[in-house]
Amino acid sequence: MNIVVCVKQVPDTATERKLRSDDKTLDRDAADGVVNELDEYAVEEALRLKEAHGGEVTVLTMGPAKATDTIRKALAMGADKAVHLSDDALHGSDALSTSYAMAQALKKIGFDLVILGSESTDARTGVLAAMLAERLGAPQLTLARKVEVDGSAIVIERITDYGYDKVEATLPAVVSVVEKINEPRYPSFKGIMAAKKKPVETLGIADASVDASAVGLAAAYSEVAEFSAAPPRAAGTVVKDEGDGGAKAADFLASKKFI
Amino acid sequence: MLDVEHDEYAELRESVARFAREVVAPVIGDYYERCEFPYDIVAKMGAMGLFGLPIPEEYGGMGGDYFALCLALEELARVDSSVAITLEAAVSLGAMPILRFGTAEQKARWLPRLATGEMLGAFGLTEPGGGTDVPGGMRTTATLDGGEWVINGSKAFITNSGTDITGVVGVAAITGHRERGGRTVPEISTILVPAGTPGFTVSKKYSKVGWSASDTRELSFSDCRVPEENLLGERGRGYAQFLQTLDEGRVAIAALSVGLAQGCVDESLRYAGERVAFGREINRYQAIQFKIADMEVRTHTARLAYHHAAERMLAGLPFKKEAAIAKLVASNAAMDNARDATQIFGGYGFMNEYPVGRFYRDAKILEIGEGTSEVQRMLIAREMGVPGA
Repeated sequence: MNIVVCVKQVPDTATERKLRSDDKTLDRDAADGVVNELDEYAVEEALRLKEAHGGEVTVLTMGPAKATDTIRKALAMGADKAVHLSDDALHGSDALSTSYAMAQALKKIGFDLVILGSESTDARTGVLAAMLAERLGAPQLTLARKVEVDGSAIVIERITDYGYDKVEATLPAVVSVVEKINEPRYPSFKGIMAAKKKPVETLGIADASVDASAVGLAAAYSEVAEFSAAPPRAAGTVVKDEGDGGAKAADFLASKKFI
Repeated sequence: MLDVEHDEYAELRESVARFAREVVAPVIGDYYERCEFPYDIVAKMGAMGLFGLPIPEEYGGMGGDYFALCLALEELARVDSSVAITLEAAVSLGAMPILRFGTAEQKARWLPRLATGEMLGAFGLTEPGGGTDVPGGMRTTATLDGGEWVINGSKAFITNSGTDITGVVGVAAITGHRERGGRTVPEISTILVPAGTPGFTVSKKYSKVGWSASDTRELSFSDCRVPEENLLGERGRGYAQFLQTLDEGRVAIAALSVGLAQGCVDESLRYAGERVAFGREINRYQAIQFKIADMEVRTHTARLAYHHAAERMLAGLPFKKEAAIAKLVASNAAMDNARDATQIFGGYGFMNEYPVGRFYRDAKILEIGEGTSEVQRMLIAREMGVPGA
């Protein structure tokens, strides 16, 4: 089975994240880049499927040169090879144009199964899996907490508010996963060493047959009109217990509409 | 110098640091409190290949080197020393002597399972009557009888020797006597004793001041019989074998000590920025700032010392003195930092639920195990050419 995992490099959620003042896009230099957490679950699931059914796992990422760190991390976990879609023209692409560029790259790579995290910790649109499926003409199986493949049949458990739905489809398909699906492995030293020798193919937009006028900031359908820094954390409120501490605490929570 | 920022070392360090933070830190306090061996954490350490770091791939290892092991030990000990010493003893004392001195059959039999952490190894050198004082304090004997070694005696403070997954213990024993320089001296050899061999008894766990989530036992051997081919390496080479093992082990213990010292810095820096006293965060007071600066200096210096010793070891240069210096400096740093960190935390530092309380309890043994600080000084002086005792 030919599995492609889409991974994204995102700014570390543990550090301060900023937008750039010039073009209102993410300031990728301001924070350490890490693998989007849910994508690690996607990589893990791809590796488990490969271990169970054989085949090959290819990592696909779209991002600036710095995103090679993220590729190497996924390769260190055990993926076989990687494709890095990287081109200045892609800078500022919104979800729609990102899905277009990624879909073009996926068509070039070829796949039986595409797996990705259900959302990224930076943009958090959570729409890429659906968009990719649409563009690729493949069934979309989103928010999976369990994936089973049997021949060309694929069944997932899709989390819902009330429990889960069982969704079946035929490969090729696009699956997005949630954190309940597995426990991602930590790269071993052997994996880290091996990752350095694994092939990484870099594609520009022309290589992936991506139309330059359909991607980038200028082609984006959505636009960041304005942004401001999060307000500094206000001083906490101390409730002094003078026999009525419980009631005061409840009043406070009610004033914040928590209860 | 070793290129510690080199990709694979840096990535390994990051991978282990993350593991320690995400898997060890949240639960280890409870294991510690219950004095329980953390089998699930050890299994996960095995799954990420930590037990196979310096073991070649042909034996199921990671094909890395001893410095990679040291980095892993440092990052684990930054969060917790019980799991770090479990790894250190399993690899440095359990697996490495088999890798270095074992026959092809012994390596094939033991290393693949030791390298995955599926099985833990231990090394029985210290006895109730003595540690470094070999052979003076050694009473354990092994005699050949009908193609089998018959072992009698006991061993003290042996890490990893009584877990459910302990597979093999290397036992140093007197296997005869030799004439040397007109004197009769005991001949020491190492014999591999599989767990569960009749006559090999593992006592209950010690009640320890620290390292409470690690497994430490007293062992006794009463007419314990193992096949003659369980001799590790050459007969009579036991002394030389464990001298080499311990030289390496000192670098590993230095790395572990640096991890603990760094953990004290991490915790103190964070806490001093949050804790308010007399209207200000306590990190604004010079009394605290100087403590934190001193802790950083000790950690940094100790780290350089063990990196230097490791570099010489990997380059095949003599490193006995450097290993002893690193172990001495790093264990001092760990002890001093643990004391300062506990002081910065005040009353909370005395509570078991805070990591610094664990650090304080775990630090002292670093000045004792793998050769006391006094022994390190003795080794350093000898390496400088002063006469032996």
